Amino acid sequence: MPVLRNIDLVVRRGESVGLVGESGSGKSTLALAAMGYLKRGLQLMDGSVTFRGDDMFGQTRQQLERIRGGHLALIPQNSGQSLTPTSRIGMQLVEALKLHRKLPETAHLPKVIELLGQVRLPDPETIVSRYPHELSGGQQQRVAIAMALAGEPEALLLDEPTTGLDVTTQAHILELLRDIAAERDMAMVYVSHDLGAIARVCDRVVVMYAGEVVLQGSTRQVLTAPMHPYARGLLASIPKLSDPRLPVALDGRPPPPGGAGLGCAFVDRCAIAQERCGCERPALSPLPSGDVVRCHFPEQASQISIMGSGADPVRRAPGGDAALSLRDLSISYSRPSLLDQILRRPEAGVATVDDISVQITKGETLGLVGESGSGKSTILKSIAGLLPPVGGSVTVAGDQPLPFAVEKRGPDHLRRIQLIFQNPDDSLNPRHTIAQILEQPLRLYFGLTGAALHARSAEILDRVRLGAHYLDRLPSQLSGGEKQRVAIARAFAAEPDLVLCDEVTSALDVSVQAAVLDLLNELKQSQGTTYIFVSHDLAVVRALSDRVAVLYQGRLCEIGPAKDVYALPSHPYTEVLLGAVLEPDPDTAPTLTADDVVELSPPETGCPFQRRCPRSLGPVCASDIPPWQTSPEGHAIRCHIPLSELAPAQSLS
Amino acid sequence: MSDLSPNLIPAETPAPKYLSGLRTVLRDVMSRPSGAIGLSLVVFHVLLALTSPLYVPYDFKTMNSMLMLMPPSSEHWLGTDHLGRDVLTRVLLGGREALLVTGVATPIAVVWGGFMGILFGLVGGRIDEVLMRVVDAFLSLPWILKMLVLIVTFGSGIEVLIPTLAFFYGIPVIRIARAATHDVVARDFISAAKARGHGRMTIIRRELVPNVLDTLMVEGAMRWSWMLLAFSSLSFLGFGVSPPTPDWGLMIADARGFMSFAPWGVLGPVIALSSLIIGINLTADALAKALGIDRAQKAPV
Repeated sequence: MPVLRNIDLVVRRGESVGLVGESGSGKSTLALAAMGYLKRGLQLMDGSVTFRGDDMFGQTRQQLERIRGGHLALIPQNSGQSLTPTSRIGMQLVEALKLHRKLPETAHLPKVIELLGQVRLPDPETIVSRYPHELSGGQQQRVAIAMALAGEPEALLLDEPTTGLDVTTQAHILELLRDIAAERDMAMVYVSHDLGAIARVCDRVVVMYAGEVVLQGSTRQVLTAPMHPYARGLLASIPKLSDPRLPVALDGRPPPPGGAGLGCAFVDRCAIAQERCGCERPALSPLPSGDVVRCHFPEQASQISIMGSGADPVRRAPGGDAALSLRDLSISYSRPSLLDQILRRPEAGVATVDDISVQITKGETLGLVGESGSGKSTILKSIAGLLPPVGGSVTVAGDQPLPFAVEKRGPDHLRRIQLIFQNPDDSLNPRHTIAQILEQPLRLYFGLTGAALHARSAEILDRVRLGAHYLDRLPSQLSGGEKQRVAIARAFAAEPDLVLCDEVTSALDVSVQAAVLDLLNELKQSQGTTYIFVSHDLAVVRALSDRVAVLYQGRLCEIGPAKDVYALPSHPYTEVLLGAVLEPDPDTAPTLTADDVVELSPPETGCPFQRRCPRSLGPVCASDIPPWQTSPEGHAIRCHIPLSELAPAQSLS
Repeated sequence: MSDLSPNLIPAETPAPKYLSGLRTVLRDVMSRPSGAIGLSLVVFHVLLALTSPLYVPYDFKTMNSMLMLMPPSSEHWLGTDHLGRDVLTRVLLGGREALLVTGVATPIAVVWGGFMGILFGLVGGRIDEVLMRVVDAFLSLPWILKMLVLIVTFGSGIEVLIPTLAFFYGIPVIRIARAATHDVVARDFISAAKARGHGRMTIIRRELVPNVLDTLMVEGAMRWSWMLLAFSSLSFLGFGVSPPTPDWGLMIADARGFMSFAPWGVLGPVIALSSLIIGINLTADALAKALGIDRAQKAPV
């Protein structure tokens, strides 16, 4: 069964080509094949890969070893984590240099420092003697890039190089890659599912579907007016900051490798499919614009909307009864040590999350955004009772404050708050069938058994658009999106008032993400559920939330109606975050006003953002906690800079 | 805390295969070459041990001074030993004792080791730390020394060997079960069950144990082969089965002296013992793959 079919791709020096597609589309396989490498179980059936005139599959092992990492370098996903943990950064780079460059021994260290400087690591002289764990994720990724550059490559293959990094870090790394490619006149092949990143880095985009190229063209053409229905669907499924509507889901899933029938591989999911598409495979054909497209009806395809014209998210007017109030919530991960307990010393250090006071009205969706380590998930865990806070109170629907520990909460309170986790592979017990998974809340909260239990399970599955035939399956037999639907179904089986969503779409493909967002919106509409929606993706939060709260280092910076938070005036941190967001639009460039240093603990006094703030006022920010400044619409910003000054300065930048 | 964990679960990485029911697991094991060969060997040996007394050609203890160390012939297919006993008969019967002892001791070892391991893993904290150091101390002693001390003190009958083997071979199981418990406890489905408000015992029974059980099953198979080897070693040293009961370890010890001119005395029991151990190892390997467990442990042979 062919996994990749009929791929013709030429990348020239100085050119940067993006490979996009859903997971399983063959984009990573293609990038690895370009190195003359095939994963286990794969073999070359036909065709060739030529690099600098050499056939990569005709090379001996030794020749390949010399080319790989030398003239042709790969930067894989999470490559920062593939650094040897027990060896200093300098040593690892020297090894890479020895392998691919013949330099005198004395030239190694200066060259390493030069490389570290080129990837814009601050203070390269000290980084040399650091160990990988002493660096942040973004810094590790820079070291990995430096290592790839050590062999003076003519071509770089990048496989999702920024996945898993914070928005600001990602934006910085992409700017770096752009500059390096231009300076060194390198060819780049950039594999990503993130069209925003592609838009920033690539000149040309290749859209892959089920192991085939379906569209190839200039980045501008592909991102603004693609002529293939799949590319259009993909664009429409991306939540965009510029378009606050819900993205449109691309239903269905791609055929399994080699599972496409006679006709077009996309026919089952295509909005404009006709009879001919089912029986005749379209050929790649050139268009007047210079693109090549694999579609019988590119003209009709261009009629499909690429905007998020999905259902308008249900927005709630402010006011109404409180569903949940958090008052002065503070959470600490550090437990007092035995010695401290014996000596009865007061707890040292600053709380991980501090001073969180938020009130959420019934039926409202509160978005919680911030970088990793900002305490978003920690707050959710505390509300759910999994991580008892050290201070403050959690109150549901104007009741008495809830006990902190989940064991002390009554069954009704437990039922009313449900938590959905980020990764369904981790939150669904792999040994339980879907029926067993759904049974648990139904038995626990409603005491259902027998036929009633079965009927209710089927009904709930139906509500998340999965049929009753899923009941006997195991999670491993489901796709990522289906698994997350089961996790959602399990939460809604409890008929909760408040659903805590912890990065629920981060582990999913964009097209699937849109479907999950749509489902959450629909459930909100039919059940009147209140959500707290945590995500690092500002566009996703925007698509679903009524109000948005911005967190930095476990402290609230800004909170208000979604449209106000995403507009002026903003807290300087929100401004930095919004500036770093990459939109799938070749005309927008990120504005990077703050560096991407990762702070590990909040400062002891003053504003949590003081150390990175591009607009710091000086001593006052370091000594005093900034005051809340609230607009009449309920938009609150915690900053020393007056609101009136926060607004106009921004329109300048 | 990984708020920003990888955005994709690439479909390329094969998801661990969790199978429902024993039958599916068995089918998966049999579908692998290692599993098919291994399981056939194990089943063959177990059947042999159960039925061999019904069809062995000679009495295992009848000595015949006329037939000492005879090479294989049509009457004695594997020859005779230094006491003139039929080697084939003794090879066919020689696994019974070993399989009985290890067959009883292995499940006991897995159950008590698994129970303690899960308990330690759940309790955690300082108690766990202290107890695990005790386990480490035990593991650092050479097994043969520990066994010999007990056997010399209490004798070498089955009633001593089974508890002794079960006890010592349960200790490494504690480590494995504890590690597996730690892995599972950290996963979100446990948090989800906690957040729903399920009781502690329900969570352990429904969420934790089924996931630890996979690891324990594979570990049990591995322990079994280690234990067989230990039992045969004890017999070899004269602390296991007492003569004239036939046992592979004992037979190897007896025939060892005549190996240069009568190798058939060693060959039979060696092939029998190693084929059983290889069979168990191959089965354990296939089982681990079928259950999606990464097993980096080395086989004892």
